[in-house]
Amino acid sequence: MLHALNRLTFGPRPGDIEAVRKIGVKKWIDLQLHPERIAENPELAQKLAPLESLRLSQADTERNYPNPQMIRAIAAGRQSMPADPVTRAAVERVVQRFKVKNDAADNAPLEPAIPLDQLLTREQIRTLRTGTVEQKRAVVAAIPDGQIDDVAIALPPGLRLQLLPAVEPALRRKLMLLTAPQQLVAFDLSEGKLYRAIFSNRQLEEQMVDFWYNHFNVFLDKGADRYLVPTYEREAIRPHVLGKFRDLLEATATSPAMLFFLDNWESVGPGTTQRRANAKRPARGLNENYARELMELHTLGVDGGYTQKDVTEVARCFTGWTIRLPRQGGDFFYNDRVHDKGEKIVLGVMIPAGGGRDDAEKVLDILARHPATARFISKKLAQRFVTDDPPKKLIDKMAKTFRDKNGDIREVMKTMTSDEFFSQAAYRAKVKTPFEMIVSAVRATGTQVDFAFPLARQIADLGEPLYRKLEPTGYSDANSEWVNTAALLARMNFALSLAQNKVPGSKLDASLFSGSADEVARQVLFTDARPETLAAIEKQAQGAKVPLVGLLLGSPDFQRR
Amino acid sequence: MTTRRLFLKSSGFAMFGIGAAPMWLARAADASSPRKKVLVAVFQRGAVDGLNVVVPFGEKNYYALRPTIAIPAPKAGTESAIDLDGFFGLHPALAPLKSIYDAHKLAIVHAVGSPDPTRSHFDAQDYMESGTPGRKATTDGWLNRALPPSADARKSPIRAVSLGPSLSRALRGHNEAVAINNLNEFKVSDAGGSATFESMYASTLDTMLSGTGRETFDAVKLMRSIQAQPYTPANGAKYPGGRLGQSLMQIARLIKADVGMEVAFTDVGGWDTHVNEVGQTSGTGQLANLLGNFAQALAAFYQDLGDRMEDVAVVTMSEFGRTAKENGNRGTDHGHANVMFAFGGAIRGGKVYGDWPGLAPEQLHDSRDLALTTDFRDVLGELVAKHLGNGQLPGVFPEYTQLKFRGLTG
Repeated sequence: MLHALNRLTFGPRPGDIEAVRKIGVKKWIDLQLHPERIAENPELAQKLAPLESLRLSQADTERNYPNPQMIRAIAAGRQSMPADPVTRAAVERVVQRFKVKNDAADNAPLEPAIPLDQLLTREQIRTLRTGTVEQKRAVVAAIPDGQIDDVAIALPPGLRLQLLPAVEPALRRKLMLLTAPQQLVAFDLSEGKLYRAIFSNRQLEEQMVDFWYNHFNVFLDKGADRYLVPTYEREAIRPHVLGKFRDLLEATATSPAMLFFLDNWESVGPGTTQRRANAKRPARGLNENYARELMELHTLGVDGGYTQKDVTEVARCFTGWTIRLPRQGGDFFYNDRVHDKGEKIVLGVMIPAGGGRDDAEKVLDILARHPATARFISKKLAQRFVTDDPPKKLIDKMAKTFRDKNGDIREVMKTMTSDEFFSQAAYRAKVKTPFEMIVSAVRATGTQVDFAFPLARQIADLGEPLYRKLEPTGYSDANSEWVNTAALLARMNFALSLAQNKVPGSKLDASLFSGSADEVARQVLFTDARPETLAAIEKQAQGAKVPLVGLLLGSPDFQRR
Repeated sequence: MTTRRLFLKSSGFAMFGIGAAPMWLARAADASSPRKKVLVAVFQRGAVDGLNVVVPFGEKNYYALRPTIAIPAPKAGTESAIDLDGFFGLHPALAPLKSIYDAHKLAIVHAVGSPDPTRSHFDAQDYMESGTPGRKATTDGWLNRALPPSADARKSPIRAVSLGPSLSRALRGHNEAVAINNLNEFKVSDAGGSATFESMYASTLDTMLSGTGRETFDAVKLMRSIQAQPYTPANGAKYPGGRLGQSLMQIARLIKADVGMEVAFTDVGGWDTHVNEVGQTSGTGQLANLLGNFAQALAAFYQDLGDRMEDVAVVTMSEFGRTAKENGNRGTDHGHANVMFAFGGAIRGGKVYGDWPGLAPEQLHDSRDLALTTDFRDVLGELVAKHLGNGQLPGVFPEYTQLKFRGLTG
């Protein structure tokens, strides 16, 4: 029971074991495989409500959360206000609070219109720097309504960041919107991911979103992807995580985020565009990046039997799969004009000339149906949910289901959660990823989270910055990826910080963990701690003030799932 | 160095109390032990475009293959290659490295790389870090195997250091190796908690976690003595912002602290320049920005270490090169052979090594990439044997029987 909870959720909460026991493990797994049948936790909706950018279209995200280059250029007088009314309002909000300088260097920092010492007393500034959360809150409450915007702009970035966890979500957003609107999109993404993992009752669905996003990884900080990723996760990944693999493949292949990340949007058939006289840019050409990663990482796997020739042929099939300008919605569109119309041969299959957009659809069909894909995906799922080195028998079974059920991910997962899943070899065989470690600590202790972003920073310190894996490979699921000296220290330090309420925005009720070491161990591990772990705690020097719950969250026992 | 040793000695003993100092610390502070030779490996992840880093301006095919992104041949002004030997030139953003080359301390190897034909970043990085191209089953890395065998039970716990939040593939293996993200924060925030965690991880039956736990706490103790001394780079060296500069500064700090570090690894990403590799002029664009930071970081390290550079060799590598011909997006795609740098006291520099295969259509690998004439293991192997003093190269690069020194050291 504990094993199923550890593997298919982000760790048990108090009461979860009893709840699973009541309906039985098998039925509980079946329910998790059908998230639409699970009532959602109302607290989650409440946490997600302020995160507006997660619900906007790509175009609206860009309009509402302008980037710093644009703001700086306008404030420095080098660019005029945008015509679009929404963007204009968003930019104006920020720009009018800076001194406009016409002769500043491109990268010169902007000066606030009113300096901080004209807005707050010395005493107040000192409190914002060194005061307690309550004291900071009092300073903010005393600022007249009309002045809060000017204060936000005048605050040095370090102080502003410290202030965020101390204020209400609405004011927090305002502080960010006034100073770094674009960054708010990244904040919303990380916070949304954390809130869902912590609070959602549809735990397996969230695990699957994490798995598939990582499988079809897109790096958030690559240019336009800063605005494209929220829609990507919401519309390309999330709806298909337990659906048909072919649909998931289609959704990612046509997503602007992926087309941009792996450069396919710029790939055009040789000779299809003519170089204009005096054009600054040369004629564009074929780009193989997406074609290669599609086969190596998304479907067949690196040993899936394709050649460099196949890569080039697949790239030719995908020419013309591109995106509209962001101002026109930034959506996918097929541009027949730049499509390579010749005949192609992909993995031995002939794709006749003149197929247009369907050339790439045929490629996706071939890849989704290929036996190497069934194996590659099955193995990767088993490595994530069972062991680093899953038994061949299990992979064979899963791959067979994948082929027989036409890539139905739910069915593959059902096959996975059979005998081998519950074997002795699988029990506690996986080291938690940083994301799992931190979320499971919050869940096990019932920690109240009002501002999740500081948790995201902790996860980055443990080695897994969310949405920021630069390589298209995504993060490895192997234990060795996460067990090293720096990461281990970071885990222990996080455990102590959480227990001592030093993680801003999170509140752990220490009074719940006042029992003896073995009692507290059962509270957070949901089973007995290893005797060596308890012995080490017993040995602790008399009068040590380190909370037991921190020691247990940082213990070897808690690092496994 | 005497003063630094004395300081370490006194701070170490003050920290632990006389008699309580761990054995390796006593050894590290032992003035009679010879200074260690250090090998620093820098990995440029994403496949740097070697043909635009060390530019074969004497090769006319280079300009034919790259009509819009070629670096112009050396000429007055800054936006052209910096002449090295009348045929090769440095990218203009690499100007900070020119004086090291002129001092004969920087050697360049061209048309070098991994013989494996893969164009997958992941596989190629894996092969280069494992040191076994084409063999996926290798579980350890070449730099871990490169550590000279030591029978001494009092080995330093930080003989091998990987800078960054995770232990790099090149340093995994049976020799102890630590990952350090930020030297000053390398500790448990609470001293009481530290002792308890140490005993928990020392006694756990979870072998994976106990091994790493022991390495962690040995290193934590050693770091305490280094953290006690504030660090100012010497000789006016200025490290640039960004990950590489910060990593190299910490490596310099560890070298100067004489705590027994012998190999270090760090990496820097962003070199996968499929699009807009070169801006409107050759001194602008993605590659120029990356190389500028790269060169400043390496030059600052060289300057900071000063005479101590005699004991140090730095080598750079990247998983593969890029297509000889530019693509349609002012960029280049995944290719084959590349360029490597090596600098330090032991390096016979001021020269571009390696046979130049040429860029004529029939000379290209797969009709598209720079062909390979030097195996990267020849370069690394020479540094491991001649500089680190580990002659057991078959153990470092198994199954590679044709290893050949190129005369980079001496």
